[in-house]
Amino acid sequence: MDLRLSLHVPEPEVRPGGRPDFSGVKIPKAGSVKRPPVDVDPAEIRDLAYSIIRVLNREGRAVGDWAGSLTDEELLAGLKTMMRVRAFDRRMLMAQRQGKTSFYMQCLGEEAIACAFRKAIQAGDMNFPTYRQAGLLIADDYPLVDMMSQIYSNRRDPLKGRQLPILYSSKEHGFFSISGNLATQFVQAVGWAMASAIKGDNRVAAAWIGDGSTAESDFHAALVFASTYKAPVVLNVVNNQWAISTFQGIARGGSGTFAARGLGFGIPSLRADGNDYLAVHAVSKWAVERARRNLGPTLIEWVTYRAAAHSTSDDPAAYRPKDESDAWPLGDPITRLKNHLVTIGAWTEERHVQAEAEIDAEVLAAQREAETFGTLHDGPGPSVRDMFEDVYETLPPHLRRQRQEAGY
Amino acid sequence: MPRMTMIEAIRDAHAVMMEANPDVVVFGEDVGYFGGVFRCTAGLQERFGKSRCFDAPINESGIVGAAIGMAAYGLRPVVEIQFADYVYPAYDQIVSEAARLRYRSAGDFTAPLVVRMPTGGGIFGGQTHSQSPEALFTHVSGLKTVVPSNPFDAKGMLIAAIEDNDPVIFLEPKRLYNGPFDGHHERPVTPWAKHPLGEVPEGRYTVPLGKGEVRRAGSAVTVLAYGTMVHVALAAAEDTGIDAEVIDLRTLVPLDVELIEASVKKTGRCVVVHEATITSGFGAELVATVEERCFYHLEAPIGRVGGWDTPYPHAQEWNYFPGPARVGEALTRAMEG
Repeated sequence: MDLRLSLHVPEPEVRPGGRPDFSGVKIPKAGSVKRPPVDVDPAEIRDLAYSIIRVLNREGRAVGDWAGSLTDEELLAGLKTMMRVRAFDRRMLMAQRQGKTSFYMQCLGEEAIACAFRKAIQAGDMNFPTYRQAGLLIADDYPLVDMMSQIYSNRRDPLKGRQLPILYSSKEHGFFSISGNLATQFVQAVGWAMASAIKGDNRVAAAWIGDGSTAESDFHAALVFASTYKAPVVLNVVNNQWAISTFQGIARGGSGTFAARGLGFGIPSLRADGNDYLAVHAVSKWAVERARRNLGPTLIEWVTYRAAAHSTSDDPAAYRPKDESDAWPLGDPITRLKNHLVTIGAWTEERHVQAEAEIDAEVLAAQREAETFGTLHDGPGPSVRDMFEDVYETLPPHLRRQRQEAGY
Repeated sequence: MPRMTMIEAIRDAHAVMMEANPDVVVFGEDVGYFGGVFRCTAGLQERFGKSRCFDAPINESGIVGAAIGMAAYGLRPVVEIQFADYVYPAYDQIVSEAARLRYRSAGDFTAPLVVRMPTGGGIFGGQTHSQSPEALFTHVSGLKTVVPSNPFDAKGMLIAAIEDNDPVIFLEPKRLYNGPFDGHHERPVTPWAKHPLGEVPEGRYTVPLGKGEVRRAGSAVTVLAYGTMVHVALAAAEDTGIDAEVIDLRTLVPLDVELIEASVKKTGRCVVVHEATITSGFGAELVATVEERCFYHLEAPIGRVGGWDTPYPHAQEWNYFPGPARVGEALTRAMEG
């Protein structure tokens, strides 16, 4: 018999022009997944890597073991934080279109993950974010004007115009400097957590990575190191289904889920509804508590959907159906939390509309203030002298010569 | 004063710094219990405990990446890459992360770490135990790249590197671990015990990064070398009788340009030597520097001796390694030019 091999190249269910189809995404009922004790034997919760932990049901009620980690006031604050992130995205997207900066990336649809996670950690803990966790900063009340100034590379830019827009850094706010090189931060987070353990500290680290970047070698390195040294780190995989134009199946391959990747390393691995603010908070809190109690790392796959374009340089209509985000079965995180708060009587549609207007005005005011310090092409930016600083702690002779050559 | 091999000097530098600063941690493949395949970390785990000196999984990117995270936390990691030939999986972490962290965060985060790696040939190490990849690091802004050539410098420079707040690539010529080697492979190896630079003070001292050293004062020609080639250059001067001034650069970035410039302006001739392959090697940077700064003092073209532009071969070790004969020929050419 003439047996010939053929290469398997995974394809998404649907391409542009087709009808969005998420029938393959199994969505368990809210409240159906158990909440194990934090010191559970990892071998006993292998099923959690293949399910989806959810709290909010279709009726907007919080149900099951994972409900109740936040008060109504905290939930309302969380809702407003997510709204602030979205309003910020909207204004900065527009600013990019207006030529006030070169580049922008939204986190539309993924707001719950960063915002709720931030509320599950403490001051002193450290996040190692990707470029799509701006909610970590906004939920920690980092000044919007400073974020915008970074995006504009203006003279108030904390990073002195050296970094592409949105590659923020704030040690004070537990937000590690973002790098353009994917996945590098994942293993750095593990090292930071190891350092905390070496010093007998009680601080924990949070690593962040997207579905596509799990294919990078440093994802593997991070899991090996986290597993070997039982580092106090939460390993977050944000599965938003897309890596630019590449659907998640290209990175995931034959493994059932991204969470399942952790199992082979003996790391307790959970999969959770990334558009459910309550679930994100409860699951994050569980993992953070494990880390803080020296029980070791946890891997969490956040199931969500990248509702916007990858970046301002991308047009998703070229590779996925236009209305695919509307068909996403886990809905929109802001709408779902709003509905919950309305359902339990803590919020109303009217107050929501009013809050939206207030937050828009607040973000617009921040934008106007940021623009008084200049935009990318308008106004004096950071000094050229600064271009030569911070390469080393002190300016070495060859850089001093080059600075003089540049006229400074 | 105690006499030490380069291995003992490196081990002692670790111990001195681990004793002085509880934030200094040491890890890498086989560096913990076993003490390193070259014994450079022997005894450290026993003395300082497993949380200060430990074995790592075989993952270079993980080793450097974790060290960057530790440095960002506030520790001062000293990590070992078993051979410089195996640093490439960590190249992204070194180039994209360690080197740029201070710059890209405007000083918000820093990476005070040392990446040690045995380098160089002359040991029948073949393709993957002989390379000299220094040019891959000297080309990267934000890194300091250093290569000691003797036990005294190795200890003083390693202490300086650990105390430095910038990432330092610390290349250790493994051919020099047990004794100086001048390329005369046909002669018996001499131990460091018989060499003045094998005398290593106890306790803390530093050899400043960014400063070279004249190993042989001379008036005829300047030889710019580092690592094993310092000893080869000294032998070549001896063998040819040419009164060469041999400079041990020690630090490649930042380079001691003043020392180089003063010497070449005095001698009017210059030969650069390194083990690494020639094309785009660090020698090209040295030649350019000398040409820019000493052009009107030069009486001959600047000579360049290095490894051939081939992978490092096994059987042809001594046809590849730039020994005293080849360096001697370059000195003679420089004198004729």
